[in-house]
Amino acid sequence: MPAQMLTLDRSATFQPCRIERIHAPAQAPEWRDWLQELGFIPGEKVMLMARAQPGGDPLVVRVGSSTFALRVAEAACVEVTPLEIETAAA
Amino acid sequence: MRTDVIHVHRGGPLVALVGNPNCGKTALFNVLTGSRQKVANYAGVTVERKEGRYLTASGKALRVLDLPGTYSLNPRSPDEKVTVDVLMGRARGEKRPDRVICVVDATNLRRNLRLVLAVKRLGLPCVVALNMTDLAARRGIHVNVEKLARELGVPVVKTIAVKKGGADDLRALLDASPAGAHAAPALVPTPAATVEADHDVVQRILANLGLDTHVPHTLSDRIDRVVLHPVLGMALLLAVLFLMFQAVFAWSEAPMGWIESATSLAGHAVSAVLPDGWIKSLVIDGVIAGAGGVLVFLPQILILYFFILVLEESGYLPRAAFMLDRLMGSVGLSGRSFIPLLSCFACAIPGIMAARTIANPRDRLVTIMIAPLMTCSARLPVYALLIGAFIPRRSVGGMFELQGLVLFSLYVAGVISAMGIAWLAKRLTAHGLTRPLMMELPTYHWPTLRNVAIGLWQRATIFLRRVGGIILALTLLMWFLASFPAPPAGATGAPIEYSLAGTLGRALAVVFEPIGFNWQISVALVPGMAAREVAVSALGTVYALSASGDETAQLLTPLIVHSWSLATALSLLAWFVFAPQCLSTLATVKRETGGWTMPIAMAAYLFALAWLASFVVYRLAVAAGWG
Repeated sequence: MPAQMLTLDRSATFQPCRIERIHAPAQAPEWRDWLQELGFIPGEKVMLMARAQPGGDPLVVRVGSSTFALRVAEAACVEVTPLEIETAAA
Repeated sequence: MRTDVIHVHRGGPLVALVGNPNCGKTALFNVLTGSRQKVANYAGVTVERKEGRYLTASGKALRVLDLPGTYSLNPRSPDEKVTVDVLMGRARGEKRPDRVICVVDATNLRRNLRLVLAVKRLGLPCVVALNMTDLAARRGIHVNVEKLARELGVPVVKTIAVKKGGADDLRALLDASPAGAHAAPALVPTPAATVEADHDVVQRILANLGLDTHVPHTLSDRIDRVVLHPVLGMALLLAVLFLMFQAVFAWSEAPMGWIESATSLAGHAVSAVLPDGWIKSLVIDGVIAGAGGVLVFLPQILILYFFILVLEESGYLPRAAFMLDRLMGSVGLSGRSFIPLLSCFACAIPGIMAARTIANPRDRLVTIMIAPLMTCSARLPVYALLIGAFIPRRSVGGMFELQGLVLFSLYVAGVISAMGIAWLAKRLTAHGLTRPLMMELPTYHWPTLRNVAIGLWQRATIFLRRVGGIILALTLLMWFLASFPAPPAGATGAPIEYSLAGTLGRALAVVFEPIGFNWQISVALVPGMAAREVAVSALGTVYALSASGDETAQLLTPLIVHSWSLATALSLLAWFVFAPQCLSTLATVKRETGGWTMPIAMAAYLFALAWLASFVVYRLAVAAGWG
């Protein structure tokens, strides 16, 4: 387990993940509530679907059965655990 | 704050539709109310307010209000705030709803049901309309309605807003159970439960219903693989936009011909009946030439709106915003600004209003300031007249029409200058913060005929009301200015040269002569301030009155071909790319930004840009020998 948690923006594409925690950057504390209201809630399943090219920003993200376009900085607020690893451990 | 809201306080209980964005709420509203809708604004804010009337089978008259879509009762943008204020009973000029219909997307209960829980806590009588049940069933999601109703503690009905008879259960429910005729008292806001707590409740309900698995829409994912592809998707976006502008010209040809013939027939018919004199001149030169000159562009405006409505309904627009996010980021805006700016191609006013969905105040202001640079449909009449008259009809490279290409490049010129202004604003007000995007990419849907038809019908009525109201009034004013005072005895020129309009035109020529406008154009630009398309009818009136005797009934096109140089026409086209003269836009900007600073700044910078662009174009064209 790395010391720093994996965040959604750094996850591999099509890798199912579980949301562990949502944090918000100091300059935009409202992002935490906004993300939660869209469905980014601890325990939910998320998956990075695509990155815009060129530049890799914004991202296409699946949460539950909804799809959202998120900026890298927004996806970086979503701390996740890859799901395969967990099932392998169980 | 000044308000010009329409208070629709007729009798009958008020039913409000509430739901997440993209849950099919407006489609359901259209099914219930059909064409009996009134579009206005909420008091003090320019958020579109849609109210309709619905008569139940037993004859109960209900007022139905379509509230702006929201993800929660924790508003983050002005339009979401309207929804919360109305539900709480604290919106100015609004009655608190007697009953709420929570529209829920059956394919996405997990997110949608949280809003139902929040609405339920407000203490209003509440019904859940489980919408899109057909799509849910196709994806293997079968919801037990009785069980869901028991779990939620409110009535639940299945609806398929896009199918005939799809709202019958809801109709029956609205008819059967009594909705209180007296509004509930305004609510004192209570500390809301946390999102997590609501989520746990929803989770438990879904588990009890056996619905706690995720079923994503795989077809949408497959479409997105092409639509969001860096190369294919961008090519598709360009193709869609290009097709849209080509269609505006190509498809409208026949209906425009019909309207032109009808106008000229009406002119001849009236001419045969009325005796010579100023009344005949008023009716033929003022009313028929003026209104007909604008009416002829209805087909083009409807074709443009048709494309926007279809793209909006299908779910493509947010994807286009996604594709353009990086490009817009380079000038300091986000993809979120794309949808308001696209609406501006129809009219800047709804576009400026749609900027309310942008959470970042700086982005919102910049979007508003560049909105008039998007070529609105009111400029189409002017473009169409000038292109039709001065640009030869021939094909370029075997597949494109020269006229269409010129029109396209005028639109591009507007977009490029908008980006330049936004870039300048970025340089002046740069701050390193990331602008929020957080934009839903809804599942794709086939646009339904009914929703597109209702949308088009609303646009057509608004346009016709403008033609019948402000445009006709200004055209008549123009006729008056151009007809009085009468020329002195023994005058040799056309009567208009001695009129008020002639005097005004010569005074304005000081400003407009360097950019190649003659006094007739200068005069026509004045009423064009109230509505851009009036410039065309004003030209029609000015030229109709400039002509003498038999020429009066002639159409405008041959007249201007005869009397303007190509350089003047190109200069006028350049002028209208920036065209600052739209008082309603400036009034909307004043209301949206809460002061005179922004509208004055906007008018000043647009006027300066328009003059400079026309000057450059005119001088270049004269140098090229087109003067």
